[in-house]
Amino acid sequence: MRHGKYPFIIGFLVVPLALYLVFVVGAYVQMFQLSLTDWSGYGGFTYIGLENFQKLWDDPVFWIALRHNVYLLIAMPIITIAMALFFAFLLNSGGRKAGGVWGSKVYRVIFFFPQLLALAIVAVIFGRVFGSDKSGMINGLLPESWTPWLFLADEQWALTCILVVLVWQAVGFYVVLFSAGMGSIAEEIYEAAALDGATKVTLFFKITLPLLWDTLQVAWVYLGIAAFDAFALVNIMSVNHGGPDNSTQVLSMQIYLNAFQNSQAGYASALGVVLFFLTLTFAALTLRVTRRDAVQA
Amino acid sequence: MTNLAVKQSAVVTKPKPADRSRKINPLNGVAHVSLFLWALATAGPLIWVVLASFKNNTEIFLGKPFALPESFSFKTYADAWSEAHIGQYFLNSVFVVAVSTAGTMLLGSMAAYVLARYKFPGNRAIYYLFVSGLAFPTFMALAPLFGIVQSLGLLNTFTGLILVYIAYSLSFTVFFLVAFFKTLPHEIDEAALVDGAGHLRRFFQIMMPMAKSGLISITIFNIVGQWNQYLLPVVIMQGAGADSKWVLTQGIANISTSAGYHAEWSTLFAALTLSILPMIVVYAIFQRQIQAGLTAGAVK
Repeated sequence: MRHGKYPFIIGFLVVPLALYLVFVVGAYVQMFQLSLTDWSGYGGFTYIGLENFQKLWDDPVFWIALRHNVYLLIAMPIITIAMALFFAFLLNSGGRKAGGVWGSKVYRVIFFFPQLLALAIVAVIFGRVFGSDKSGMINGLLPESWTPWLFLADEQWALTCILVVLVWQAVGFYVVLFSAGMGSIAEEIYEAAALDGATKVTLFFKITLPLLWDTLQVAWVYLGIAAFDAFALVNIMSVNHGGPDNSTQVLSMQIYLNAFQNSQAGYASALGVVLFFLTLTFAALTLRVTRRDAVQA
Repeated sequence: MTNLAVKQSAVVTKPKPADRSRKINPLNGVAHVSLFLWALATAGPLIWVVLASFKNNTEIFLGKPFALPESFSFKTYADAWSEAHIGQYFLNSVFVVAVSTAGTMLLGSMAAYVLARYKFPGNRAIYYLFVSGLAFPTFMALAPLFGIVQSLGLLNTFTGLILVYIAYSLSFTVFFLVAFFKTLPHEIDEAALVDGAGHLRRFFQIMMPMAKSGLISITIFNIVGQWNQYLLPVVIMQGAGADSKWVLTQGIANISTSAGYHAEWSTLFAALTLSILPMIVVYAIFQRQIQAGLTAGAVK
């Protein structure tokens, strides 16, 4: 009955598996090997033991970048989820009894659109929105008499500008996502609770939020991945690839700069190895905390 | 997933009797104001870009971002298209994404089908190997990836970029489609087997048509993801003569950095508009499918 099963299985798996093994698995395996070398990115290399890791530990820029990543990793998901929940709630149950807030469909379409733009394009747009003279959109809107804000050129605010752009792009997607989740909650539950005299706010915290929990967890993971990278934004928007004075430096930028600008591909690989274990630890912790659904979701 | 969206719209459009909620709604005022403000914050920068694309440098520096341009001339667009090579980059993007999405879908669904519906030693191991790629961001292994592409002689070639796109898209595609193929009923499949249909025939003539909705969702996901890719092309398409093979994101990012020196702002804004407009058109037509397709993976 199972005639020709194995040739078929092998035939269907060999090409995708080969591509995946060469370009993805191969890259990660080589990362471990290269982290122990002085490879410049071109030509040969010699093994130098753990020297790269020693250097990494002593590198202040690595710690700055790591701190910024942790900051984005916490701030971006929290702000995005809070805003998306707020808007989704307004769109769905805010005026639901009256048939949905006026224009809710239009809002959903507009909010979602940035998700379709490449982050690199968004970065170019906001690089100009935050322009530090009158040609920038925000400074152009400010009254004549004000001194233009520096935004990306200001160490204090540059990273916040990047955070704003990350949030700006992401919110709409999660509005739609949470709307879908809210839409699948049975109306009867709300009606029963409303009859008991529950207010809109109570409804939100006692019914919507708990029933939306699974979707929120998925959102958290997705946003974590998005916030962890941010390469396109920093590379395009920031002054001097992570500046001014490393105030927007992130780990993806560090890997890129070391690999392709400083000809220290071995060192960049060591950075990758450290991140590999950090990510693994983080993933294990997340799975442990949210075990119930995250694994099966 | 797709049916979720359907369910949702069913709930929204169901006519509701106007009941007690008529009386108040201070929340409605707040709702309208905040929703409107966010819509403005979303659309504002995009409208500004389109307006600025018609202005000359003096007008841009006047500091009236939403003032209408003095005249609507399409010269900046012609410049962006040909002199700044946006046309070339656009076509490169279309070509690379078309080929690699097709490749991803074919290879991804083949692998997912076998992993989902056949028992064989190593099945779980291979599945987890694919899925583990989801946990690690692409940028981590950039340097070795560059080395691999280089040693294969594929640096700065469309072939290299396409193969890398496919390889890095397989994780999510396989993950999503394995779950999807598992939900499809076994009866039809088995009936076809009894009728003497071979493995290949069952895959192409029975499973693929049955899996249509899932395949469409993940195709949209891959098209959007690969169209928006920036990191991978920046790493692979570099070196002498690479700029004729750049994709759109790379090309525009480059105009943006060099515009800092030449101050050709209007060309940059025209280039941005040219990259935004097709998305608006496609989105206007396929809005529902796109929203459902992109959110499908998250609300399984």
